Amino acid sequence: MAKSPLAGAGTRKSRTKEELIRFVLFLCAFLSILTTLSIIAILAWEAYSFFREVRVFDFLSGTRWTPLLEPRSFGVLPLVAGTLQIVIGASLIAIPVGLASAIYLAEFASAGVRRVLKPVLEILAGIPTVVYGYFALTFVTPLIAAIFPQTQIFNAASASIVVGIMVLPMTASLCDDALRAVPESLRQGAFALGATQFEVTLRVVLPAALSGVMASFVLAASRAIGETMAVTLAAGATPKMTLNPLQSIQTMTAYIVQVSLGDTPVGTVEYQTIFAVAALLFAITLSMNIIAHRVLARFREVYE
Amino acid sequence: MSSDRLRRRHATTRCFRLLCAAVAWAGIVILAVLLFHVTREGIRWLDLQFLTAFPSRFPEQAGIKSALWGTVWLITLTAGISIPVGVAAAIYLEEFSPRNRLSQLIEVNIGNLAGVPSIVYGILGLVLFVRFLALGRSVLAGSLTMTLLILPVIIIAAREALRAVPDSIRHAAFALGATRWQAVRAQVLPVALPGILTGVILALSRAIGETAPLVMIGALTYVAFVPEGPMDAFTALPIQIFNWASRPQEDFHQLAAAGIIVLLVTLLLMNATAVWIRQRAERTGR
Repeated sequence: MAKSPLAGAGTRKSRTKEELIRFVLFLCAFLSILTTLSIIAILAWEAYSFFREVRVFDFLSGTRWTPLLEPRSFGVLPLVAGTLQIVIGASLIAIPVGLASAIYLAEFASAGVRRVLKPVLEILAGIPTVVYGYFALTFVTPLIAAIFPQTQIFNAASASIVVGIMVLPMTASLCDDALRAVPESLRQGAFALGATQFEVTLRVVLPAALSGVMASFVLAASRAIGETMAVTLAAGATPKMTLNPLQSIQTMTAYIVQVSLGDTPVGTVEYQTIFAVAALLFAITLSMNIIAHRVLARFREVYE
Repeated sequence: MSSDRLRRRHATTRCFRLLCAAVAWAGIVILAVLLFHVTREGIRWLDLQFLTAFPSRFPEQAGIKSALWGTVWLITLTAGISIPVGVAAAIYLEEFSPRNRLSQLIEVNIGNLAGVPSIVYGILGLVLFVRFLALGRSVLAGSLTMTLLILPVIIIAAREALRAVPDSIRHAAFALGATRWQAVRAQVLPVALPGILTGVILALSRAIGETAPLVMIGALTYVAFVPEGPMDAFTALPIQIFNWASRPQEDFHQLAAAGIIVLLVTLLLMNATAVWIRQRAERTGR
């Protein structure tokens, strides 16, 4: 945006009005900083009162999470493991499918096909997560149970699958952006040397777009970690460390929902667990997002 | 010999192309399966009675009246608060802000806020609005929480729309002696309006489907009345769907599906409006 040196010139009255408007607009923009500060302040404050009762080390390294039952134990690792299981499962779907879709969109598809596929991806991205939760519970789980009869009603596998479908459009769209940011001259250079489309895509375009592609994977994983309703509905409420995806587990987000739905008295240590878990969740997703945005910003500088 | 290799290389390209295409079109298949499944399960329950009855323990008497009106209240209030604030923030960042560290910080911050899980916004709303400002579990508390949640989306979309307005329009206004605000209000905003509206509608349609923040601020209760003011308790469509889907009985699952149909049709109408506005703006050539 170019700034004219004359802009804002005028009578004193109109200049005061201009300054006032400018200040109001600034306040609206500054609200975003206040939002972040409030989130951090609230989580820090409430988590602080929690950690006066429970040692940080016990929280982060304990392998038993039974805050609502006697004997109580506040080891968060089962929730982290449950979340990790969902993230890995979702990534197994979203990463290959998202990347392949993006390659098709950016390198192969005609403009007409793009005009159809892009909106479909947008629609998939706009479907509310509670709908995916319902889909997991009433469609995906029976499907899995038909193949593996030992499947529990609530299980990590079906939640992972729908979370994968849910973050797929974002992965595809970000990878598509990254691939399309690679300059045409690189492709033409490779074609001129006799490379086939496959070789150009895999050996020239993909390596050139690698940082953007990686950043999109990190953002997708971060979204999967924060996903709430689908995992609450489909993955269950059994915090445990297991590698079996057919069993019921519990994620960090699902635990927060469980407590807020229950009748745990406000102000007790049991209740404050949700702030400790939320603080951990916030710290993990925020650092992943910051890393991804750093990578994206650097990669944009290279080609623009 | 060498032509053999060449043929193999081209065959690899063809296979790869086919694979990528199949995977990309799989998205459409998934969408179709999802829509088909939901419709098949829910269509039987979808009638006038369903739309005009309150929730009930008995599936055949249950309806979504309170949820539907709760969502209307929630989205109207959210729109009323978030649109002016979001557009104002976008105008500041795009048209007024000096290129200093503070504006850079605000920009990075908005990008990061857009990635914060929605349940964290729920906790923010619970502590800040429900308890600290003592708004209780009201529509207003829900709307304020939703506002904070979708503000980054609105700001990012509105900024893109403002950025698409050519600088020549601003320069012409300045040349005629307009102040920066006069140029923005009378020249830049009207041109950017279709783009801003599209972004706003998409952001609001995200708010309609959001469940987790509302669960956090305690909107999941039995509500058998229509809210009459911003301080009334409420329930909302996605909450009602969640409630029904989390019950074990098959009948309630089908009620959830019927609720999902209503939710998806609402979203579809909003998206269609956004697309229509965008296309109309493109046709008139701005």
